[in-house]
Amino acid sequence: MISRRDFLQTSMAASAILGASSLGNWAKLAAQQALTQDQLLQFDTFGNVSLIHITDIHGQLKPIYFREPSINIGVGGNKGAVPHVTGADFRKLYGIDDGSPSHYALSAGDFSALAQSYGKVGGLDRVATVINAIRADRPDAILLDGGDTWHGSYTCYKTAGQDMVNVMNALKPDAMTFHWEFTLGSARVQEIVEGLPFAALGQNIFDAEWDEPVEIFPPYKFFERGGVKIAVIGQAFPYMPIANPGWMFPEYSFGIRDENMQAMVDEVRGQGAELVVVLSHNGFDVDKKMASRVTGIDVILSGHTHDALPEPALVGETIIVASGSNGKFVSRVDLDVRDGRMMGFRHKLIPIFSDVIEPDKEVAALIDAERAPFKADLEEVIGKTDSLLYRRGNFNGTWDDLICDALISEREADIAMSPGVRWGPSLIPGQDITREDLFNVTSMTYGKAYRSEMTGEFIKVILEDVADNIFNPDPYYQQGGDMVRIGGMGYRIDINQPQGSRISDMTLLKTGEAIDPAKSYVVAGWASVNENTEGPEIWDVVENHIRKLGTVSVTPNNSVQVIGA
Amino acid sequence: MTLTRRNVMIMGAGAFVAFGLPMRATAAAEDRIAEFTGGAAMADSGITLTAPEIAENGNTVPIEVAAPGAVEILVLATGNPTPGVATFKFGPLAASQTASTRIRLAGTQDVVAIAKMSDGSFAKASSNVKVTIGGCGG
Repeated sequence: MISRRDFLQTSMAASAILGASSLGNWAKLAAQQALTQDQLLQFDTFGNVSLIHITDIHGQLKPIYFREPSINIGVGGNKGAVPHVTGADFRKLYGIDDGSPSHYALSAGDFSALAQSYGKVGGLDRVATVINAIRADRPDAILLDGGDTWHGSYTCYKTAGQDMVNVMNALKPDAMTFHWEFTLGSARVQEIVEGLPFAALGQNIFDAEWDEPVEIFPPYKFFERGGVKIAVIGQAFPYMPIANPGWMFPEYSFGIRDENMQAMVDEVRGQGAELVVVLSHNGFDVDKKMASRVTGIDVILSGHTHDALPEPALVGETIIVASGSNGKFVSRVDLDVRDGRMMGFRHKLIPIFSDVIEPDKEVAALIDAERAPFKADLEEVIGKTDSLLYRRGNFNGTWDDLICDALISEREADIAMSPGVRWGPSLIPGQDITREDLFNVTSMTYGKAYRSEMTGEFIKVILEDVADNIFNPDPYYQQGGDMVRIGGMGYRIDINQPQGSRISDMTLLKTGEAIDPAKSYVVAGWASVNENTEGPEIWDVVENHIRKLGTVSVTPNNSVQVIGA
Repeated sequence: MTLTRRNVMIMGAGAFVAFGLPMRATAAAEDRIAEFTGGAAMADSGITLTAPEIAENGNTVPIEVAAPGAVEILVLATGNPTPGVATFKFGPLAASQTASTRIRLAGTQDVVAIAKMSDGSFAKASSNVKVTIGGCGG
């Protein structure tokens, strides 16, 4: 007898074949200058239900460049497992040809050169075209937004998220969950959510005082599509008040709460759900663990850790779909639901090549209208870059190297700290740096650049604490960002040690001396989660620095030695 | 006291220092367990302890214990200088043997709950709760 897991594994194999062949074809077609929208969208409609997933847009309305990480280390049971496979290893794993469009879209390596050939990615007007095409195949497809939508750009900051709300509403999502949205402050979040024409879901959003569910964020919503009763359960980012300033939304408590997730799955199954979908902002490794502990979930649409995977991961009988970030990808998942069970799927991670996919005219006009009042500020050129500027990577990226240099120079500090966030598009060598570009990598509601004295011992405590949030072998103790970026100081990290023993050889780069635990150092940083942090806005600090430089050149940063990867 | 910006920064920094390394169970916690169980073996099922993996605020961490058939449940924060948190006693007419409260944790540590059952046996559940500086979310 063929078990349900066998069916799903057959689907996995089919997905891999479909993926590989279409990926392979793209390479040849691109070589013939013939990569087309039809090929990117090609999909043989399958089963009776279609899901469309987009997540972690971070305010990016327009096409951008976005380099995927070259270092993304997995620990514990996730060592060497996707998404912790990068560059050439990633391409080998999925059978992606070097230099192909998939190489450019999905992996690091030769990024600047490939960016010249393949152009920018994303743009919500192109995303709209893809969504419309899927809806042409399957008019009742469910569109789900995984959150981190109302954050991350100049216009989003200036309008407190309204630009994104207006444009996303035009795409007509069916439900959404949350993370950075809450950094707009709880009053603003409530104001927006009360006016949303779709469901704002979060089974793990609780009232902080009473530890009870919150009415405006219901745990789930039912949809009837293709004769199938579907429950979509929301899972907001579990560690919001820890990773972000909790004082901005003190009324709310989060957490993973997988016992409540199980209760919600059981409740919707009890009400006749034939398909259970979790719209998650847990991060990929947390979703894998949740899928192994909570039974009865068919599909997890995974966000937060910004991973783009050409195939779903299969954990037990649950498939986990990771759809990238910054508007660079849309996932389409077609499902065959029969006799109250998911019996198979077909999946495609659609890369949004901005020069290949035609913008939707209505949405393009809407985006331009949102940006029009800010046009002059957005386009103002601050400087130019000779180097590839990117953020992603576990330990550093050139954008944060530049930001740390700015903090040290403008704030007269010994050491600089930049938060290990994963949002922020890239710039390729030769590009102008505009104010919009600067906001794309720094925009937030708590961006004050502090200047403070810290002892060597205390700096080590911070590094150990952040390192454990990334490299704790249990995903439920991870928060999903990267290591805090350090300027002016080098260190060695052994990722497999326990907290307190990972960091050693801390060295002040300007003198080459070892950091003295008892001595105080001047540290400049930004994005403190503490209330009443004072200082200039980080984007002003970086703008002043870039204006002085004129043209930016970032030298390779080898100041972090990694052991045990 | 007038708060200068520098003081605020240092206070912010000071608030971090308490959360250093994971805290080991104190001898006081071991003693309290021995006293409660009289050294008897403890089953690892029959009691559920619900606690967050990472505390949102170490000063007020919500926890819940449930042990059907228990007459008493002891809750310990094993790394706190004073590990005793609460002992819940359930009379024969109690509708359920469940209790929830909020506890203060001095740092990352194991929270332990031990139930004494009506037949005199014991069951134990443990949960590691991390208290962290935070920041730097993706």
